[in-house]
Amino acid sequence: MSTSRLINGVEVASHFRDVNHQYSSNKEGIWLFMVTEILMFGGLFVGYIIFHSLYPEMFAEGASYLDWKMGFVNTLVLIFSSFTMALGIYYNQVGQPKRATWALAITVLCGAIFMVIKYFEYTHKFHMGIFPGRLINPEMMAEHGHPMQHANLGMYFGFYYCMSGLHGIHVLIGMGLITWVMIRNIKGEFNPKYYTPIEGVGIFWHIVDLIWIFLFPLLYLVG
Amino acid sequence: MANNQSHHNDHGAHAEPHVTPLRTYLNVGAALFALTFLTIIAHVFKAHYLPLAPFIAFGIAAIKAFLVMAWFMHLKYDEPSNRVIFALGFFGLAVLFAFCVIDIFTRVAQGTVL
Repeated sequence: MSTSRLINGVEVASHFRDVNHQYSSNKEGIWLFMVTEILMFGGLFVGYIIFHSLYPEMFAEGASYLDWKMGFVNTLVLIFSSFTMALGIYYNQVGQPKRATWALAITVLCGAIFMVIKYFEYTHKFHMGIFPGRLINPEMMAEHGHPMQHANLGMYFGFYYCMSGLHGIHVLIGMGLITWVMIRNIKGEFNPKYYTPIEGVGIFWHIVDLIWIFLFPLLYLVG
Repeated sequence: MANNQSHHNDHGAHAEPHVTPLRTYLNVGAALFALTFLTIIAHVFKAHYLPLAPFIAFGIAAIKAFLVMAWFMHLKYDEPSNRVIFALGFFGLAVLFAFCVIDIFTRVAQGTVL
């Protein structure tokens, strides 16, 4: 970091005018990244909606295998984690880093609870022979008392596993990132003048929540 | 938070980040919880208004998304350029959706399977 200088105790790269210039440039980069996230998940949403309108009965059969109570609990867990993530930033802004660390720790814990519930949902489906695409196993499903009604049911679960799986990967990455900023926070690297990494990670975590807000009705409720 | 005396540059001065009060976060969190319960209540009674059910479910989701974007993601107090950037993502998505729908649903049946 030979080309940076200290302004108000914050390291500012030479191409930035001041702390706030650096902060808003960093944040703009995060927002550009968020656009790519919207477009990545958006492609899956568009595919889902189109094939749903082509095969409504088959999608209804697929959705009947999902338990909305699991999705509902996961929605509450993720919303609560978004709230604690916002607190993690807030407490750094007002100079209470200890409380911020707790807020971040609770956020990671909520992410873990989300993944555990997801694990139970997935293994239950694997147990019944429900796999994505052509991997779906009609014999296993019939053995468990749920004979397959539509020959292309695997397509629904292709969407289901891709969308919830990609979202799950985001939750895991988010948990890793929050742990990273939490450790930096414990080391005392953040203060009311500098908390950019927490803000950036926070925006990422909120978009994970945002995507789930739409995934939940799409997968679990509208069948 | 309001002691921005140092940086009044002539062009493109970036304001100090806004600090949202704790009370606001609590209200937004409570509203998100309430709307999630409302989604489930609407789902349980969806037999009474079936064709509208998806619109109600996604309508509530859109309100929740707005709350998350405006307050949790701080877009309400962010610079307009960031709001435009994020909106462009949804605009791109709308274009993708529109062209896919126009393509798929204007195809003349050729006896093939999609």
